[in-house]
Amino acid sequence: MSTTITATRNILGTSVLRPDGTAKVRGEFHFSSDEFATNMLWGATLRSPHPHARILSIDISAALKINGVSCVLVADDVPGKLTYGLISSDQPVFARDVVRYMGEPVAAVAADHPETCKRALEAIRVEYEVLDPLVDPERCLDQSVPPIHPDGNVFRHQRIVRGDQSIQGEVQVEGTYDIGMQDQAFLGLEAALAIPGHDGRSVELHIATQWLHEDRKQIADCLGLPEDDVQLVLGGVGGAFGAREDISLQVHSCLLALRTGRPVKMQYSREESFFGHVHRHPAKIWMRHHATKDGRIQRIEARMLLDGGAYTSTSPAVLINAITHTQGPYVCENATVDGFAVRTNNPPCGAMRGFGVVQACFAHESQMDKLAVACQLDPVEIRIRNAMSKGDLLITGQPMDSVAPVTRCIQETAAIPMPEAVTSDDPLLLPGGSGRTATSSNIRRGVGWGVSMKNLMYSEGFDDYSTARCTLQDGVAHLKFATSEVGQGFVTLAIQIATSILGVDQVELEQIDTRIGSAGSTSASRQTWMSGGALDGACRMVREMLFEKVGKEHHVDPIRLAIVDTDVVDTMGTLRVPVREASAGVSLSHTFEHHHRPTTDLDENGQGNCHVAFAFVAHRAVVDVDPELGLVKVVQIATAQDVGRVLNPLSAIGQIEGGIAQGLGLAVMEEIVIDNGRVRNPSFTDYLLPTALDAPVVEARFIEEPEPMAPLGAKGIGEPPCISVTPAIVAAIRDAIGKDIDRVPVRPQDICL
Amino acid sequence: MSSEHYALKVNGARHEVRDSWIGESLLYVLRERLGFYGTKGACEQGECGSCTVLMDGEAVCSCLVLAATAQGAEIVTVEGLAPEGELNDVQRAFVDKGAVQCGFCTPGLIVAITHLLDNDPQPSESKIKESISGNICRCTGYGRIFDAVQQAIEVRGVNR
Ligand code: FES
Ligand code: FES
Repeated sequence: MSTTITATRNILGTSVLRPDGTAKVRGEFHFSSDEFATNMLWGATLRSPHPHARILSIDISAALKINGVSCVLVADDVPGKLTYGLISSDQPVFARDVVRYMGEPVAAVAADHPETCKRALEAIRVEYEVLDPLVDPERCLDQSVPPIHPDGNVFRHQRIVRGDQSIQGEVQVEGTYDIGMQDQAFLGLEAALAIPGHDGRSVELHIATQWLHEDRKQIADCLGLPEDDVQLVLGGVGGAFGAREDISLQVHSCLLALRTGRPVKMQYSREESFFGHVHRHPAKIWMRHHATKDGRIQRIEARMLLDGGAYTSTSPAVLINAITHTQGPYVCENATVDGFAVRTNNPPCGAMRGFGVVQACFAHESQMDKLAVACQLDPVEIRIRNAMSKGDLLITGQPMDSVAPVTRCIQETAAIPMPEAVTSDDPLLLPGGSGRTATSSNIRRGVGWGVSMKNLMYSEGFDDYSTARCTLQDGVAHLKFATSEVGQGFVTLAIQIATSILGVDQVELEQIDTRIGSAGSTSASRQTWMSGGALDGACRMVREMLFEKVGKEHHVDPIRLAIVDTDVVDTMGTLRVPVREASAGVSLSHTFEHHHRPTTDLDENGQGNCHVAFAFVAHRAVVDVDPELGLVKVVQIATAQDVGRVLNPLSAIGQIEGGIAQGLGLAVMEEIVIDNGRVRNPSFTDYLLPTALDAPVVEARFIEEPEPMAPLGAKGIGEPPCISVTPAIVAAIRDAIGKDIDRVPVRPQDICL
Repeated sequence: MSSEHYALKVNGARHEVRDSWIGESLLYVLRERLGFYGTKGACEQGECGSCTVLMDGEAVCSCLVLAATAQGAEIVTVEGLAPEGELNDVQRAFVDKGAVQCGFCTPGLIVAITHLLDNDPQPSESKIKESISGNICRCTGYGRIFDAVQQAIEVRGVNR
């Protein structure tokens, strides 16, 4: 991808357009599902129909006899490690003796046509002895319940104990909150093309993923190969939102390709995608807030129980995020929090945008509204009264040393004008939409608030560094990194950084693959900070090399040189050399690794500086509700977000609007419905997503207070938009109908029954 | 599997489909047999609109059409909306207005919106929303897409 820039050089902070935009609107951009190789086979996965069962036998002979079938693989065919996982390697490549969730892979086939694959899967005979599924997370804590996995039924238990445990507030409010299982529902389904090497042992995988290097490590282990024999190339990614952090079809497609010696393409259907990736953890959270009569929080007690499903994935880290965000963006000196992430026979859960904080936020914001009522305060006033500032201590004892403009976020959101009442009877403006069910006279309007804090980057001592290389040659900056572009626009930012620092006209983005050091994952709102930091470092080093060279050639101290527009300029003299000329015939190159400051583990009382940095946001929701039919229309979301510094306003607003739509989905429509371990709605017909008709008007303000710790002054902006918008919408529904609602998504029956 | 031979007319040109299975959808044949990868599939159930193409001037979900039944129809995919190397006004607006993130929904939306504006150059806001409500976008929250539609409407108004 190459981009020519003609505007002024310092383009950080401007709405530079995406370099891949033109290819995407023409349909020419290559997503991983568009990969093709001559002579390729199709791969497919056989999955368990049961949430919990013993495998008595697997007979693949009939499948192998089908014309066009090249191979069928089961657990015994895995040459390396039999399991994988991000934190704990407990998930089998193929189930061997027992299946622990509905949809767990049991076998894989490769054949000449997707339809042949389907027939082969149907021909595989698996004899199961069906077992009772463990589906109640509460039962996982009961020692007498037999473990469903050798590692036990609890992924992690962590407490936070801080301050005076005896404080009893004059005002106390409590509640128990349920958060449903949400799906990332990216549009571009899981897809990959695995190409075996001519040497018969190596493999190259073209894959849509969030973290190439982590995938490679897990794949190589399962294939029993050194990492160098496994190369990954980023296939075009059709959204991610956390669902591409774990292994799905990576190992299966490589195994099939190596076994058949032919390229193998795998692609999930939407239904399979619901079984093929992890979801947002359903949670049950109890909280009790103790406060003074004037509404100041004195102490919080909480218990959180997260259902992690059958395998670990990132459950331990999601749990830590949830419990360490119990207080939200508010000052709290005393706390007792008990958190559990447990193993059940439900679908595995792991990363999704917001990563544990979404669950905690729904609970703490619901509590803030209860506190406001108990203290006879306005929802805005109670939040401002408790708002955290830089320098406060968190309930983990960690000092808040990020820029923390919580009060400003709330005030600037409150200053956004309210929307007009809907007087027209155009059904598309009313709850129920094209169902044409409501009239404007029977709808009720409500207003609600949500404010949140979100950690940025990885936590608990993990060094999630990023690597980038810049090479300047003949006035062109060539950039190489392994950062997954999943739609967020890192490729745009990369061009902005290189252009601004080096004064070049042209930037070439090299292929995103594993032939450079890791960039870490495109998650945790971290790539602007981490990969942005790595590119910033690499480009600056190259600029120094350029100044050295020009200085030597023209006998000028390099320290006097600067980039002005597209020239190297002597700030104290008359020398002016175009960058193109200065870099003609040479190749100035530097590879830079950016590390954030170290973090630490939590001790047994949940104390420690476990997070790197934080970002804040406020949301105000205005909704119209039809109380008789239980239908909701979200009219407007007002928001002010702490972004540090805006690097690209158009990208930033896109993240904010997109995140708000996902938070709206969790508030009023999106839920994977599970019945005794069985997923009931694995399709877009039954799992409802926000459409253009559901999109509210979004009024957004950026709060720009540059973050000194961040390389570009910018905080990550991807996750905050989807976090506190959910409780804001639910609070608005409560306000409209005057009824307590303690679960999300809010269903019609929660409103009208 | 049975093997069929027929021809489809895509973006003005005739394409032979050989040795195909009769159960293949138009989406599959366009992509995997004829190489029109611009048309995407995200549900194959008629719910997401990623696979939208024009068939005899009507916007259809190509995942729901059996390819063999599309013989004789004029099919237009995203690749056929603008001459080689150019963008139509809707495509241009999507790039300019930040309506593209991952871009997976984009071809379907571009076809749907081009079709809308070809039939009604001044649609109301409600009509715009209703006519793209069958196209799911998971990344943008639709705000920039609405903006892009407005730009395309304005450009058409000026150029009329
Ligand atoms: S793929 Fe055809 S509507 Fe979704
Ligand atoms: S841009 Fe990703 S689905 Fe629309």
